[in-house]
Amino acid sequence: MADIAIRIRGLGKRYRIGAREEQYDTLRDRIAAAAARPFRRLAPGGLAASTTIWALHDVTHDIRRGEVVGVIGGNGAGKSTLLKILSRITTPTEGEIEIHGRVGSLLEVGTGFHPDLTGRENIFLNGAILGMRKAEIERKFDDIVRFAEIGEFIDTPVKHYSSGMYVRLGFAVAAHMEPEILIVDEVLAVGDVHFQRKCLGKLDDVARSGRTVLFVSHNMAAVQRLCTSAMLLQRGNLVRVGDVRSTVAAYLGGEARGGFVAAARTADPQILSADLEDMAGRSLDNPSCSRPIVCRIAFSVPQRCPGLRLGIGVLSSDGVTLFTTNTADAGCSCPSGPGDFEARVTIPAHTLLAGDFHIAICLWNAGTILDLQEPALSFSVDAGDSTLYAESATRKGYVNVDCPWSVTVDTELPSLAISHL
Amino acid sequence: MSAHSTAVPVTYIRPGTRAMSSTVDEVWQARELLYFLVWRDIKVRYKQTALGVAWSVLQPFLTMVVFTIFFGRLARVPSDGVPYPLFSLAALVPWTYFSTAVSNGSSSLVGNQHLIAKVYFPRVLVPLNAVSMPVVDLAVSFGMLVILMAWYHVVPTFALLLLPLYVALAVVSAFAVTLWTSALTVRYRDARYVLPFLVQTWLFITPVAYPTSMVPERWRLLYALNPMATVVDGFRSSLLGTPASGAMAAVAVGTVIAALAAGIAYFRSVEGSIVDLA
Repeated sequence: MADIAIRIRGLGKRYRIGAREEQYDTLRDRIAAAAARPFRRLAPGGLAASTTIWALHDVTHDIRRGEVVGVIGGNGAGKSTLLKILSRITTPTEGEIEIHGRVGSLLEVGTGFHPDLTGRENIFLNGAILGMRKAEIERKFDDIVRFAEIGEFIDTPVKHYSSGMYVRLGFAVAAHMEPEILIVDEVLAVGDVHFQRKCLGKLDDVARSGRTVLFVSHNMAAVQRLCTSAMLLQRGNLVRVGDVRSTVAAYLGGEARGGFVAAARTADPQILSADLEDMAGRSLDNPSCSRPIVCRIAFSVPQRCPGLRLGIGVLSSDGVTLFTTNTADAGCSCPSGPGDFEARVTIPAHTLLAGDFHIAICLWNAGTILDLQEPALSFSVDAGDSTLYAESATRKGYVNVDCPWSVTVDTELPSLAISHL
Repeated sequence: MSAHSTAVPVTYIRPGTRAMSSTVDEVWQARELLYFLVWRDIKVRYKQTALGVAWSVLQPFLTMVVFTIFFGRLARVPSDGVPYPLFSLAALVPWTYFSTAVSNGSSSLVGNQHLIAKVYFPRVLVPLNAVSMPVVDLAVSFGMLVILMAWYHVVPTFALLLLPLYVALAVVSAFAVTLWTSALTVRYRDARYVLPFLVQTWLFITPVAYPTSMVPERWRLLYALNPMATVVDGFRSSLLGTPASGAMAAVAVGTVIAALAAGIAYFRSVEGSIVDLA
């Protein structure tokens, strides 16, 4: 009983559909609507209840102190809504949450940074915004600067920082909050590999120090590495809670699909559709180990976007990324737009062994993820007539890598001599 | 174990408006953040503008020059026996504060949207910050007023001690208005087109260019429903020794308290959904 950190009961959040029009609600419209109201009741259906959607519905769950919970689910599953409610950024429509302890939430790195202020000034500003006391920031100041690795740039306005430095400083401040409960949203998607590793390390420390962490990520490997349990959300409902491995597998399996099509076109670069083909460009229904698998990706770049990269990751059925490949690796120049484009990447024959796989697709530039679909595609590979299965119907592992072998002779015993013995 | 669990604060998140007591407590807890937000705005302005501090002096000063030429010289508007430049500047200093605070404050929630969407803090700090920042300008432009008083050899009396109260009345008035307008600007985006017109009209119903003595006696208490009339008269009476009405001040304080209470109630009713609307 005393060990509960967060108690969620029947939590729901309802949004009105057409929220986009609501955004630009005007007094003029309001007055016009008020004038029209007596007549609207006469219209068939009137003000139907169907003009609302539940972004989150009837979520009940207890999170124990010291638990590191991964919150997973597809786009629009309600992850961000849950985080926003827990961070008190928005209020729920129904239900109740009881939180034991101070909450620190990190929904974005460097929230409230002002470009004209120096690194030093922004540390104080950002720290205060995240709920730290001035005395606390002063005490941790040197540690923050050291962690951020920005050295002599501390008195330079942050608008002159590289994006990497900016992110490092932002994370450094956040990493030095000491709340009992930490809520983290996808912040590891930014920064270089070295820094991502450092962030994960820091989160590891936080988790090990017995604090409660809620971690939302599309990065299944990070979720599996950090979390002790996971919550799977689907269209606003909590569909599964349990150990990380099985929940991640359930998520990836549940999302399984042969082809991907984006729900709607946006004004940002995005992945439009993806599917699997054979070498002749025919739809591939039963991928086999013995033949190449071509992944076709259609994407759109509405505005010019130099330095664009497109990549895929091949994941095992339990969510481990087996390998990734992208346009830059392959020395293939990715168009910077604007326009709609189609890319094809071929996974050579005799690469994927028989089993279930997922493909994640990512569109990014300069360290910023523009669109990430994980998983975009899910499929099963069968052995086919691959020579890899000539001797045995099963093989260990997920992929086959062509590794040259050689066997040399050190001392060869004359076989005749043996028979004469 | 139980001793440990009583040590950690327990927060409840429920639909609807939070209890008033918890809001007051939160604002008090976040007082350092308010300080940092004001500090940020001051720093940024002095870094971004070449003239920096001069702007806060220039605006009331140039308006004073225009008023002196057109209202003082050409229209011969009476000024309670005080030199017209001094008469108008004593009003323009608090008025400039008020109009700046209301303009900044009204767009403050929309302007800080990126912050509001990413981190929780008592939302009321945003308009509070917006009306606190121009107090710095008020202090700077007050220095110019003192210089002009010295120029005309005007020596203030003990009535000067009341001045901080009038400053406080101006700040609370601006805050009360801003609680309404900032929230309404989020809800209705065309509110920002109405606002400059509102502020301009407000200038005419405030005795900035003319003295309150020009308003017929029987309309004075109605006139006092505009608290800025009392603020302006108060600035003049405490610095220049012109008459000020206690009855008008009482009406003004009553109006401000009512507007503030209603503003807080309205702001609290919408603060939870600010993020969803914007």
